[in-house]
Amino acid sequence: MSYLLGSGLTRFGRHEGRTTLDLMTEASSAALADAQLERGDIDGLICGYSMTMPHLMLATVFAEYFGIRPTYAHAVQVGGATGFAMVMLAHLLVESGAAQRILVVAGENRMTGQSRDAAIQALAQTGHPQYEVPLGTTIPAYYGLIASRYMWEHQVTEADFAELAVLMRRQAGRHEGAQFREPISVEDVLRSRPIAAPLKVLDCCPVSDGGCAFVIAREPGRGHNVRIRSARQIHTSQHVTAAPDLTHFGADVSSGQALADAGRTLADVEYAAIYDSFTVTLTLLLEEIGLAARGRAGALARDGYFDRDGAMPLNLHGGLLSYGHCGVAGAMAHLAETHVQMTGRAQDRQVARAGVALLHGDGGVLSSHVSLVLEST
Amino acid sequence: MSADLDDWTVGAPRLVAQRCEACAARWLFRRDFCPHCGCQSPQALALTGVGIVHAATVVHRAPDDEFRAIAPYALVLVELEEAVRVMGHAPLGAAIGVRVEVTFVEIAGRLLPYFCPIPTVTGRSDRGDRGDQGGAWTSPSSK
Repeated sequence: MSYLLGSGLTRFGRHEGRTTLDLMTEASSAALADAQLERGDIDGLICGYSMTMPHLMLATVFAEYFGIRPTYAHAVQVGGATGFAMVMLAHLLVESGAAQRILVVAGENRMTGQSRDAAIQALAQTGHPQYEVPLGTTIPAYYGLIASRYMWEHQVTEADFAELAVLMRRQAGRHEGAQFREPISVEDVLRSRPIAAPLKVLDCCPVSDGGCAFVIAREPGRGHNVRIRSARQIHTSQHVTAAPDLTHFGADVSSGQALADAGRTLADVEYAAIYDSFTVTLTLLLEEIGLAARGRAGALARDGYFDRDGAMPLNLHGGLLSYGHCGVAGAMAHLAETHVQMTGRAQDRQVARAGVALLHGDGGVLSSHVSLVLEST
Repeated sequence: MSADLDDWTVGAPRLVAQRCEACAARWLFRRDFCPHCGCQSPQALALTGVGIVHAATVVHRAPDDEFRAIAPYALVLVELEEAVRVMGHAPLGAAIGVRVEVTFVEIAGRLLPYFCPIPTVTGRSDRGDRGDQGGAWTSPSSK
């Protein structure tokens, strides 16, 4: 057991002139304030990575810059799964007694700190350097391949995928920090610019600047406490060519184990925060975890099932697809929103009940999976 | 690594996988050991390059100028007869379930695997009731 005491989330989008360290600082300051703690209360630091500021020792760099002297600090790197992997590590570290209060932070000027081609090429290196990348692959192409197979196996249509983009935009409309808030329709998604068939630009998350931070501790604090009950991972394969099954990546395994560890089942979950780098990612994860039947996620989204007032509120900040994606902090925003929801501070986004939350993140091409179960105190 | 492992990734116009004699595992990405059992003497497995399209995409947003010049282009994952999955280029219109055979085409300055449909075969796809055949595909020379 550990406690999430505070969270800090910047708005996502364009932060012209601001660096990785600036965005990490803004998020960390907000998380400390939310937890009602001072710098000196922090004895552990876990940070992510930044494509615009590659460094061998980013945690130590940030500790010096921000002005803390932790007795435990390092960076973590598992692609998009990094945020939840850092939370899992902090959870285990405070349980073990290695640290009392850990600052978990990431930030990146991924949008304004590099060219779009540089971002796309760097991300494509997730693929195999000899057998995939030389073919002219991109991250959307890997997911386009998966989407094509998913449509074939489960009779899903492009309009079904589009429903998830429409849903995330609808949620983002209630969050002033979101990068994209204008409502969109299924038609808008279907008519948007093709990127990697069957995925169009509105099926893909944007590239953003932003940051997010948490304080995780062994004991509850003065701030807004939420219990972290359990955390599990699974790493099935790195490359899409080597994936044993293009419609089954292991999310059910890690989420099932995390729920079992917490003594819970899917029926107990009142709020879901699921990684949504592409509409197909969200569809596949929802259906593999069991939050939607196979082939049904789009229809459920259309029917309001995942809305604030629906049966399974999902990514009420707008997810990566509409709140935005700035790298490691992208998925952390899912947890920041969960924290705000579970502590009753989400204003007009607030759900009626969020006592038990299931979170799931993935990195690479559905390669690395981290599931978390949280409970309100 | 021995010459019998030379494939398109080092400029040779062929597909090669590996297999383990100890545990019968097969895999594509070259290693000097078996990732299943750790056996230190994997064998080269020359691939016929014939298989069924398992997944297909068309890349419109290319990663760089070289690929931008040929976009849009199709990428496929092919389940080969030898039960090894391989990624390659294909004609636009490449569809899941179609039977294909590899050729090697210079694309963006490199020799790359290019899977062309085998037009005469019927009812051999992994789901024959939905398998399109390749008649409508554009030929590689049209790229």
